[in-house]
Amino acid sequence: MTPTNSTGAIRYDLKLIADMVDRGSRVLDVGCGEGELLAHLRDTRDVDGRGIELSMAGVRAAVTRGLSVIQGDANTDLSDFPDHAFDYAILSQTLQATERPRAVLEHLLRVADRAIVSFPNFAHWRGRWHLIARGRMPVSDYLPLQWWDTPNIHFCTLLDFRQLCQDMDIRVEKGLALNEQGHPQWFAADGPLANILAAQGVFLLSKGTSS
Amino acid sequence: MILQSPSTPAPHDRDDASRDSPDSPVNRIANLCTDVPLTLDSGATLGPISVAYQTAGRLNADRSNAILICHALTGDQYVVGTHPVTGKPGWWTGLVGPGKVIDTDRYFIICSNVLGGCQGTTGPKDINPATGKPWGLEFPVLTIGDMVRAQATLLDHLGIGTLFCVIGGSMGAMQALQWAVTFPDRQRACVAIAGSWRHSAQNIAFHEVGRQAIMADPDWRGGDYPNQGTIPKRGLAVARMTAHITYLSEPALHRKFGRKLHDREKVTYGFDADFQVESYLRHQGASFVQRFDANSYLYITRAMDYFDLAADHDGVLARAFSGNPVRFCLVSFSSDWLFPTGESRAIVRAMTAAAANVSFVEVSTDKGHDAFLLDEPEFHDTLSGFLDGVAKLAGSTP
Repeated sequence: MTPTNSTGAIRYDLKLIADMVDRGSRVLDVGCGEGELLAHLRDTRDVDGRGIELSMAGVRAAVTRGLSVIQGDANTDLSDFPDHAFDYAILSQTLQATERPRAVLEHLLRVADRAIVSFPNFAHWRGRWHLIARGRMPVSDYLPLQWWDTPNIHFCTLLDFRQLCQDMDIRVEKGLALNEQGHPQWFAADGPLANILAAQGVFLLSKGTSS
Repeated sequence: MILQSPSTPAPHDRDDASRDSPDSPVNRIANLCTDVPLTLDSGATLGPISVAYQTAGRLNADRSNAILICHALTGDQYVVGTHPVTGKPGWWTGLVGPGKVIDTDRYFIICSNVLGGCQGTTGPKDINPATGKPWGLEFPVLTIGDMVRAQATLLDHLGIGTLFCVIGGSMGAMQALQWAVTFPDRQRACVAIAGSWRHSAQNIAFHEVGRQAIMADPDWRGGDYPNQGTIPKRGLAVARMTAHITYLSEPALHRKFGRKLHDREKVTYGFDADFQVESYLRHQGASFVQRFDANSYLYITRAMDYFDLAADHDGVLARAFSGNPVRFCLVSFSSDWLFPTGESRAIVRAMTAAAANVSFVEVSTDKGHDAFLLDEPEFHDTLSGFLDGVAKLAGSTP
């Protein structure tokens, strides 16, 4: 579900997420893969990090690099965590692969005071072109898997996500529109351009106070 | 002398000959609880006690690099080096040693024979001071908690306050978890491999089969065999054979033996060991009785049966770990049906609910429960990564 990177340097979108995390905070990375982000947070921001990852290969790799990671499923195992155990819960490029994204978001903001969520924007122009011009489900370098092979089962657009946050009374404290390489774009993540031009979005969320 | 004891070693400490080389393990026996006896979970008291232990590596100046290794049911303190009874290498030679996963160039390793054991620590084959004869079934029934408290008195004796880590597999995992719950401030980290928070009904059942086999042996003599000059070899061998099956897995047994015949072309239409697997089990049983005491087997299996970490916390396992500062690593093996992955996962869930710091890895292998003793690279990578992580967090590279 997560685009891979073999260069060794931390993926740019992960670095942007890391920049949203305060030093010395407690972080839960849901779907942490091999622990790339957690290791970066530990080494650069003194973070007390925990991870949960579905694939055993990912868990083994993460524990082998000295991280606290357990094998688990975001769909079912987040309920094990107590309320407010973390300052941040991070869900990077995983929301669209969960069975019940709304329930997962609820859990993120239950176990942590803030959530950082990133996901691909299905309304990106390239995907629209794929559908309209070719009549085919979008496949790109960024989302390389065919429809029958992808773990991504709940695609949404940036607008859809904003709507869900509104419905769930979630406050969007910060939003970034990124291109396919994970670099931030000049337009606002909540603007009309982003829903067409951004390949992915990163959002810093907290529990709203109905306003 | 590698060991730096704060006081002069007690005169009754016994060194063995292997300490001439600084890299060799040191095997000793400490006399403990000489002033105040150990109060057991049953309410009985026991003391003074002997605790036989092995050390390897060097304790560093601030005494922060000690790792306590807890052995399994039929294990002992001979982690490395040559076992004095069997002449075979120590049971964790593959994992422990200079430059190995548990690196004796960095860490000071301690492993003690459990209370109730038969390799030098006080157990039912030793002399009951009240009668001047071997304890037999007069020996008090023990718990995993009692074993752990005996180990703690050994650490006091060695002048080690806080352990870098407690590591154990199987019954050793039970001890490691009990350590973390009983002495949360006495260890940085805890590694529980192929273990559980309580002994399952199926495992109690297997233990009962083993005990009944021992007790059914006429040479057991109601447990009084040490005083009557017999040894219940047949019963103990059957107990070992049954248990040994539970340590393996169906695929591993099949790969190793299949239906292959033992030293013959065809079946003999009799009850000799026609099949290789039979001959293998008979060998396992026969060699086990050379090094293990039948009454010890009864007492130690009983201690495992009684183990239930949730019991002392109103049946809620998470409460056993609430506020626990220890860094935990749990490892299970996919083909282990004695302590299946679900047992470790239940502990992970409880620790998660208690906001404890836990890592959990299931290693894919077909070698069953005994995989923790074998060459499993995934397991070894996990363990060395975890230990490095703890060392990094401790801000020290011991």
